[in-house]
Amino acid sequence: MRTVSAAETAPTTYAWAVEAAGLHVKAGRHLAVDGLDLRLGTGVHALLGPNGAGKTTLMRALATVIKPAGGTLTLLGEAVDGRADLRRVRRGLGYLPQQFGFYPRFTVREFVEYMAWLKEMPKAEIPGAVQRAVDRVGLAAKANARMKTLSGGMLRRAGIAQAIVNDPAVLLLDEPTVGLDPEQRLDFRELLRDVGVDSCVLVSTHLVEDVVAACTDVVVMNEGRLVFDGPVDQMIEQGGEGDAGDSAAERGYSALVRRHRKATR
Amino acid sequence: MTTHPSPAVIARYADPGTDLDEVTAWSVEVHLEDCAACRARLGGRDDLLERVAAGVAAGIAAGPAPMRHRRLRNRWLVWHMVPWLIMSVSVLACAVLLQAAQPSVPLVSLLAPVAPLPGVAMAWSRRHDPAWELISATPKAGLAMLLRRTAAVLGVIIPALALASTRTGVSLAVTLLPCLAFCAATIVLGAFVGVYRAAVGLGAAWVLAVVVPAIVTVHTPVVLGPGSALVWALLTLVLGVLAATRATNFRRLSSHN
Repeated sequence: MRTVSAAETAPTTYAWAVEAAGLHVKAGRHLAVDGLDLRLGTGVHALLGPNGAGKTTLMRALATVIKPAGGTLTLLGEAVDGRADLRRVRRGLGYLPQQFGFYPRFTVREFVEYMAWLKEMPKAEIPGAVQRAVDRVGLAAKANARMKTLSGGMLRRAGIAQAIVNDPAVLLLDEPTVGLDPEQRLDFRELLRDVGVDSCVLVSTHLVEDVVAACTDVVVMNEGRLVFDGPVDQMIEQGGEGDAGDSAAERGYSALVRRHRKATR
Repeated sequence: MTTHPSPAVIARYADPGTDLDEVTAWSVEVHLEDCAACRARLGGRDDLLERVAAGVAAGIAAGPAPMRHRRLRNRWLVWHMVPWLIMSVSVLACAVLLQAAQPSVPLVSLLAPVAPLPGVAMAWSRRHDPAWELISATPKAGLAMLLRRTAAVLGVIIPALALASTRTGVSLAVTLLPCLAFCAATIVLGAFVGVYRAAVGLGAAWVLAVVVPAIVTVHTPVVLGPGSALVWALLTLVLGVLAATRATNFRRLSSHN
């Protein structure tokens, strides 16, 4: 139980939490995202695509880490391309990078606390919010352990804890399930569904079964372009008997990617 | 404030046996939350409040102790900068020893401008800050953060320089002001080419243009002469103002940082 402030219940003034039109993003010299149109609202969205499809680059652009090379990008109703002031938008963001570095001497609690402070949370709220985030990812028993003593799966969960500590309106998770054991993945799906009730969550992953279990929508990318954007059921319908894959969702995904490759060739 | 509910209604609210309708029960409850007088009337009926208070106190005593609140020390200094600071301070210590052996070369004031640069270069660098990707997506990322980390570096380097200059008898102003000027210059140049490159470039330029000739000719360079303190102070001021105007360039970590 906690007090809900007026700011939290105020109606939003934007239609989409994430809105990109003709977005171009470069990774080094290579144009990794090439004219992407995307609109994401509340809910859990999966980002699927083969290696090198531009998923990580798109995630970085959405997290305001890199500047788009062209097109428009609007997060939470504010433009974040060009020289815009990003502070307000960044306060509402949660981001877990694919390879996330950390300071090995920090304990889990110190790390999440430091991130909460960087996200400009009110001072009085930080200890409670940190405890809640650590609890939600199931790391309460390890809260005072140093980061360098954690296993891969625990590090990943500490990363998820720092992403959700500020109750973000836009949560971006780049391959969050890498290194999690099957039981932890079930807990993680539960967490995703929970956060997705009132936030826009975008999860980049290679595991189609996670998508079916926890996501409402799927965004499929290939070679920097949008292949498909719609509900999970619609993606499943795309697959036929002849497509590669062990489940209906995998067949749907491989059919979409194969068709896109054929069309662009 | 609304009128107080009658004692009879409060009695019915407190008595679990009676069938007070839900609407009245809620309105009494809301009233009781704010009205101490009515609460006292309720509490007088039995020792409910005392029992609850005792129960809560016992629960608190039996539970885990609350986390001691520690101030986060790591906000100022991030651990990856420590090895570089140790290196800078050790180089300064060597300079003091060498200058004691060979007093004609003012090694301490020659090295003072470049002493903070390794630390400043590490402060805002994609290659050397392990958490760069996490940090650059937060609202605190930007010039303020770079200044904070630079201040942490100076907090170590300035006392070291002050100690070194008193040991060798060099003017304090000609040691510290060039140090500050080079920090400000690194930040200004870093706004355009990245802090790391700026630090490397300025450090190399200083060593090649001033330090090497001074050691070769065994002569105090003009830029560190006794009259130069005012020039360095003005330069620091101008560069500081310039750095403040370039704040927008630090909002994202660009690829050349």
